[in-house]
Amino acid sequence: MTRRRERTLLEGAGHWWRERVTAVALIPLTLWFFASIIAHSANDYSAVIAWLRMPSSTLMMVLLLVALFYHTALGLQTIIDDYVHSARKVPALIIMRLGCLALAAAGTFAVLRIVVRG
Amino acid sequence: MRGSMQEKYGPTSPNIQIYRPQLTSVLSIANRISGVVTSVGAVGLVLWLLAAAAGPDTYAFARWLLSSSLGQIGLLIFMFAFFLHLCGGIRHLIWDAVYGFDLSTIYASGWVVVAASVVLTVAAWIAGLYAAS
Repeated sequence: MTRRRERTLLEGAGHWWRERVTAVALIPLTLWFFASIIAHSANDYSAVIAWLRMPSSTLMMVLLLVALFYHTALGLQTIIDDYVHSARKVPALIIMRLGCLALAAAGTFAVLRIVVRG
Repeated sequence: MRGSMQEKYGPTSPNIQIYRPQLTSVLSIANRISGVVTSVGAVGLVLWLLAAAAGPDTYAFARWLLSSSLGQIGLLIFMFAFFLHLCGGIRHLIWDAVYGFDLSTIYASGWVVVAASVVLTVAAWIAGLYAAS
C-alpha cells in the first residue's frame, strides 16, 4: 500500500468516526430541542426568549448548532465525494464547508445576542 | 489495467437502476435524501433563531410564514425527514455495533424505522397542536 493511499484510508476512518460521534450527540440534542419547543410553545415571543436565556437552554442550543452543522458538513461531504467528479468538486467542498461554518456561527450569534440583550 | 479509470477511482458499483427497488435499497437512499432535507431544515432553524434575535416584529413575521399553509407543509416535510434520518441513523449505529445483520432482521428493522418515523412525526405534530392551543 502506498503512503498516499494509506493516508486517504486514515482520513476516511476519521470521517466515519466523527460522523458517528456527532450522530450520537445529536440524538439527545435534537430530542431536547423538539421537546422544549413543544413544551414552551414557539408561538409566544417572550416565552421563546425566556426559554433561550436559561443557561441550560443556551448551552444546549449552541451544542446542537455545533453538532448539527458538523454532522451536516460530514454528510454533505460524502454526497459531494460520491456524485461530483469534475473540477467543481473542490470548490463545492469549500463552499459547503464555509456554508456550514457560517450557519453554525450565525445561529450561535443569534442565541448569544438574545442572551446579552434579553 | 494500470493507469485506467478503475485503478484511478477504485471499483465502481453495478448500475443500480437495473434493480427492482426493495425496502433495503429504498431506505438506504432515503437516509441520504432525508439527511439533505434535514440540512435545509437546519438552515430554517438558524433563520428562526435570527428572527428571534432581531426582535418581536421579525419573530412575528417568521411565525406568520411558519403558520401559512406552505410553512406548515414545509414544517411537516422537515419533521418527517428528520425523524426518518434519526431512526435510520440509529439503525446504522446498531449495525456499526455489529448487530442485526441477518436478512430477516434487516427487513424487520427497516419496517420499524418506517413505522417509528411516521408515529414520531404524528405524535410531535399532535403534541405541538395541543401545546399551541
